[in-house]
Order: sequence, then structure tokens, then C-alpha cells
Amino acid sequence: MIEGSMNNASNFVETVDNAFIFIFGISLFFLFGITIVMVYFVIRYRKSKNPTATHIEGNTTLEIIWTVIPTILVVFMFYYGWSGWRFQRDAPEDAMSIKTIARMWSFSFQYDNGRITDTLYVPIHKPISLDLQAQDVIHSLYIPAFRLKQDMVPGKKDIVWFESGKEGEYEIFCAEYCGLRHSYMKTVVKVLSQEDFDKWNTVDTTAVVVDNTELGVRLAGKAIMRKYGCIACHTSDGSKLVGPSYKGVYGHKVTVIRDGEEVEVVADDEYIRRSIYEPNAEIVKGYSKGLMVSYKGQVTEDEITQLIEYFKSLSNN
Amino acid sequence: MENQETTWKHVSFREHKGKYKGILAWILSTDHKRIGLLYFYTIIGFFLTGVCLGLAMKLELLAPGKTVMDAATYNAIFTLHGVIMIFLVVIPGLPAVFGNFMLPLMIGAKDVAFPRLNLLSWWVYVFGAIVALSSLFMQGGPPDTGWTFYAPYSFKTSTNMLPAVLGAFILGFSSILTGINFIVTIHRMRAPGMTWFKMPLFPWTLYGTAWIQILATPILAVTLMLIAGERLLNIGFFDPSLGGDPILYQHLFWIYSHPAVYIMILPAMGAISEIIPTFSNKSIFGYKVIVISTLAIAFVGYFVWGHHMFTSGMSGTALYTFSILTFLVAIPSAIKVFNWVSTMHKASIQLDPPFFWAVSFLFVFMIGGLSGLALGALSVNVHLHDTAFVVAHFHYIVFGGTGFAFMGAIHYWFPKMWGRMYNTRMATTGWIFFFIGFNTLYLPMFFLGVAGMPRRYYDYVDRFHGPNIISTIGSWVLFTGLMIIIVNLIHAAKNGPVASKDPWGGKTLEWTVDSPPTFENFEEIPVVEKGPYDYR
Repeated sequence: MIEGSMNNASNFVETVDNAFIFIFGISLFFLFGITIVMVYFVIRYRKSKNPTATHIEGNTTLEIIWTVIPTILVVFMFYYGWSGWRFQRDAPEDAMSIKTIARMWSFSFQYDNGRITDTLYVPIHKPISLDLQAQDVIHSLYIPAFRLKQDMVPGKKDIVWFESGKEGEYEIFCAEYCGLRHSYMKTVVKVLSQEDFDKWNTVDTTAVVVDNTELGVRLAGKAIMRKYGCIACHTSDGSKLVGPSYKGVYGHKVTVIRDGEEVEVVADDEYIRRSIYEPNAEIVKGYSKGLMVSYKGQVTEDEITQLIEYFKSLSNN
Repeated sequence: MENQETTWKHVSFREHKGKYKGILAWILSTDHKRIGLLYFYTIIGFFLTGVCLGLAMKLELLAPGKTVMDAATYNAIFTLHGVIMIFLVVIPGLPAVFGNFMLPLMIGAKDVAFPRLNLLSWWVYVFGAIVALSSLFMQGGPPDTGWTFYAPYSFKTSTNMLPAVLGAFILGFSSILTGINFIVTIHRMRAPGMTWFKMPLFPWTLYGTAWIQILATPILAVTLMLIAGERLLNIGFFDPSLGGDPILYQHLFWIYSHPAVYIMILPAMGAISEIIPTFSNKSIFGYKVIVISTLAIAFVGYFVWGHHMFTSGMSGTALYTFSILTFLVAIPSAIKVFNWVSTMHKASIQLDPPFFWAVSFLFVFMIGGLSGLALGALSVNVHLHDTAFVVAHFHYIVFGGTGFAFMGAIHYWFPKMWGRMYNTRMATTGWIFFFIGFNTLYLPMFFLGVAGMPRRYYDYVDRFHGPNIISTIGSWVLFTGLMIIIVNLIHAAKNGPVASKDPWGGKTLEWTVDSPPTFENFEEIPVVEKGPYDYR
């Protein structure tokens, strides 16, 4: 349906597009057919041309014909739609499973070997099963080029699967409205050849060697923030998104709301850890509660240490 | 007052002297015609508000990135646009305005069965509207959840979602009261001789609509009670963090809101069924079939709500059941279209503005209905769900269908309601702009949806830019048409030439009384012997 229609970007493209074209063709036929007849009647039987109308109250045969024919057509449409859809729900047993997490306002993908990325990498010609988990509100994983969409409902596990037959990069959108930055909740899926995928899967490009230079600290910090999707809500340049910026926070006083009361705290190591593991215990004044979920069990202690170094470096100058 | 003695039978309801004077004579009137006009003015006010919000949204989408407003404003605007247009404009729209004004006239009654209840339902409507919009003036601002208020986002947002939901709850009662009133009126107050199958089609569709109003609207109230229980007593119904199920919310919401779509479209079909025979000077084709299809739509419409949830992860059985039912509900609508078009066969057609609206209604309604077929098919739906395609489909039905029918109805019954005639040439010009603008605005959205642009999108990737520009330009053309229409009608209401009893040659009972009608409509209750559209 989009450019490069009838391709094999995923195994669903052909059946979905066929069903769509079938329905679209019939629809177009009826739309033009009825419109042409109607316009003809309006011109042919206008008052100046046909001053007296013929009295007709109805015609049972016609009524039966135009009840039965559309009924048959829609049953075919239903069948096309259903037969194209029914195998979307059951992934093959040998499918490669990737844990897919959605939260306001980013996706992240977790592979069996523990690797976490913000971009989905998949090998070509291999069934991929995405284990869907939403952490806060309903999101919907939508890959237009694959004709694939599945809502991600918090507290409800679901899967969606596909097999791509064409290398390339395809957009992933969130299709269910999920708040302020809904239209920015997007990423891409990269379909690689098996070799490229294996290469990517063994060399961890997201891990950054921590050295003590400022550059090293910043690269590591940025990589972690990308990995967990922090940058969907927080910036490192002082600009305000849904959450506060990291710039100039560490070591400075912050006014927070704790149990409904305003208190001033110093942003130290413990504060950073609390903010990540129990984000709703203290809310920086001027921001909303309940938007961030706890990252306990996801962000490791090591990573927190690296983040603290990173925040320090953002407060120094 | 002096000449009341001699001409009292022919004093228009607009000049009728009752217990109150000035504005009170209107807002405390129990006359169904005045209440109809009260609804008309309030609904038009909200409609224009909704239109401005829509224009603002289209302006923002003119270019990627920030154009005129930030994301928070945009999100609030599309929510308000939805809440205002759905709950305040389209659901009450035709039944409350033309139903109130025309139903008693068309069935030969002096008023509805419960005139005071009728006034109450207008007041409840106004009160509900004020509550729904009060969030605009509260700290935190109007809701940003979309008009669907999906859990759990609606529980997390810091904006004021509760006033909007409470407003919808109150508006529901207004809807129920009108529904009960119409059902009783139609059952008990038809003129002697007007059997069920001699009743005009607009009252028939009001009858179907009224049943949906009283049977489906309470579900909305139930849903609100559950939300209140959840927020106030921490019982987990919908919020997964309390152990609730967000999908349950979607079910309950659509069990009401899908039949609500039929509340919107049935009276529109009724108005079209009046306009077409009048301007064809010919009996409507297949009267009984249209009646039966109306009732079939009202009935099957209860069982298709699940098609709003095809990607929510419901069981396969539920999905294909809802899919086949969705396809079946399309049949009665198709039958109506065939009958309307056949009415024009061997007719003698007057080319006047109401007829242009009716013909263009058929065209846009067909696009809306046929695009619904693509959405009803499961595999295609997965791709198109929650994209601009759905927005286009929905606007073709609700704005194209109900909106065009409303426009047709106002041009059709204007001489009866205001007793004056408008300039038909200007009305036709307005219609041309409106029709072209409408299609320029919404057709590109089908392409955007097929290309994969999700709905409720503040910003979009570059490849969606082209169709969005065309769509925005369409919104300006449409607005130009709307302004021409409004100026024309306002001018006509004040200075138009006085209209006769039956300027179009209609055969239904409302054309036998004065324009505008007297306070009690009929000097003598008519006795009905013929069917409603007998032009022999």
C-alpha cells in the first residue's frame, strides 16, 4: 500500500495488501457506479426536462437483488480479512524471541543474551516473535511497512510476530495515543543479513569502555540513557521536557515534593539512585507524578555509578 | 395584544405571548419549537467552537515540527474538539433540533408528550456542557486524553479529566430524557389515521434513535460510576496498577459509544429520506424497506462495538465475530442508498439547495461507508487501525453524513422554522465551497493512513508532509463555505422574503401548517388517510 507495495518486507504484506485491494476495488466500483447513475438521474429527470414524475412505490425483486449481492460481497471481504489475519497471532515455534518494552515515550528491545537497544535489529528470513510489555500506559507497536500493529497493554502479556524478506530500515511508530510526546515515540527496525546480524549480536556496540576522561564518561552516560529511553523525557542540555534536565543537577539543591510537602534536598548519589529506583517518592517541583516507572531490576548498580559520573560531568561546567 | 382576539390562530410561535417575557419566554418555554431552536442556537455555538479547534489542529499540521502551538496545547485541542463535537454537537444534533421542532408537526401533534421534561432535558444539556467545559478554567487545564479517555493514561494525566467525564455523564441524562419523550410521543400522539406505516421516515429514524438513547446511554453512566469507584475508593476496575483491566474500560466505553454513532447517523438518514422525495416530487422508493433497515441498523448496531478494539489483543473468536457483524451492519445502509438513488429514477427533480446537500450526502456517505469495509476486514484493520485512515472514515460518516444531512435539513426546514426564505444562489455557492473543501480536507487523510501515519499526531515524519498541506488548505475552503452559508441564513432570518406554507411542495404534515407554525401547530388535528409521500 505504501511505496514498494506488494513487497516482502514482512510475510504479512502480500495478504494484507491483497485483501485491501480487493475491498478497495469493489468499493471504487460501487462508489463510481452509484454516483454516475445518481448524477445521470439528476440531469435526466430534472424538472425542466421531466415535468411530471412517474409514481413508483418500490420493487421487491430489486430490493432482494441489492440485499443479496452486497451480502455475498461482504462475506467474501470478511473471509479475506480473516484468513489474512488468523496466522498473525501464532508465532512459529522456532521464532526468535525479543522482549519489547514500551513506556512513555520510547521503545526498548532486550535480546536473549541480555543486550538492550533502542533500535530493533533482526535477521532476514527468520521468524521474530516480540514479547510485548507496556510499563505505564497503553502503547501500540506499529510497523507500517510490515502491516503490523499490536496494542501493548500494561499488565497484559501479548506477542506479535513477523518474518522479513527484505533487508532495510523501517519505521516503528506508537499508534495508541499515550500522552505529551506520543508523536515522538518512534524508532526503526533494521533488517540485516544473518551474517551482519550475528556480527552485531556478538560485538556489543552499545557498551562503552569507561575510562576516566570526560569524553569516556559522557559517552558511557549517553549510551545508558539511550538504552533505557531516558532521553525521551530528559535532556542533557538544560531544556525542559516532561522530566527535568540532568544538566547542573548533581551536587545542587533541588526543591522536591515529598508526601505532599515541599522540601529541599541536595542531589547526591543517593538522590540519583532514589530518582531512578523510586521515581515517584520525590517529585521535582513543577513536574507531574506518576509519569516515570521504577527502573529497579533494569538499570544495574554499575550503570547507576556510571550515570552519577556522567551527571557530575554535566554539573562541572 | 389587541388583535389577539381576531388573529390568535395565526400568531407565529415566535410572537406567541406566554407567561414570561423577553429571554425568559424562550429559556422557560415548554413549546417544542422554541426548545428546538434553543438547542439549535446552543449547538451551533458549540459547533463553531469545535470548528475553530479543528482549524487550529489543521494549521498545526501544515508543516512538520512546531508550527503554531506546542504539543500539550495540541493534545488538549484534539481532546476538546472530540468532546465538544461528539457529546455536545453530533449526538444531540439532529434529534434535539429538528426532532424537537418537527416531530410533533410531522405526526400531527400539538407538542411532545412531556413538554416540561423536554425543557428539562435542554437545561440538563446546558448544565452538562458547562461541567464538561469547566476544566478549561481550572488549574491543570483541559484534559489531554482524547475523547475516548482510555485507561490507564486518563488516570495518570495531570490534566482535569474528571469534569469532562462528569459532563458526559450529565449529558447522557439529557439524551435519555429526549429519547423517552420521543418514544412516548410517537406511540401515543400520532394523528388519527396515521398508522405506523403511514408515518414519515424522519420520525421513524427518531424512533430507532430514541431506543438506542435509552438503552445504550446508561452504560456510559455505569462506566462513570466505576471510574468514580476507582478514583475515590481505590477499587481496581481499569487501572492495572490497582489490579484492574484497561481492556474492560474499552469494552464499556464502546458498548455505549458505538451505538452512539448510530444515534448520530440514523436521524441524518431520516432527514435525507424527507428531502429526496420532496425534491423528486415522487414517492420514496421502498418505504417499508427503509423503515426495516432503520430498525435493523439500530438493532445490529449494539453488537459491533468490538471493531474499535481489533488490535487490543482480544481473543480470536471475539475478533472474527465482531468482524462479521460489522460487515452485516453495512448491508442496511447500502440498501438505503440504493433506495434513495432509485427514488430519483423517473422523478421530476427540483434543483434547490436542500437537494444538493442530499445528493452530496449520498456521495460522502458512500465514501465513509465503503472505507468502513476496509476497516472491518481483520487483516487490513491491523494496518489501518489508529491511523489517519480511521480519522478520515469517521469524519466522512459523522461530518460528511450527519453534518451534510444537518445542513440539508436546515436548508429544507428553514422556511418553516423562521418563516422566511434564504437566497438560494448564495446557499448553492456556500454548498460548492463546503463540498470541495470537505473532500480536500479529508480525502488526503485516507492516503496518510494507508501510508502509516498514526492518528492524534502532533508531529510527523517528512514523507507525510504533502497530503497534510492539501488537507490544511481544504480546511480553509470548507470554512469559507461555512461562513457563506451562515451569513446567508442570518441575513435570511432577519430580512428574507416571507415564505409560504409549502415552498418546496412537500407532502408531509409540517407543510400543511403556517410558516412559522402557530403556538399549537394545528388549528384542528388532521386526519391522515394517505401515506406520507403520495405525490399522485
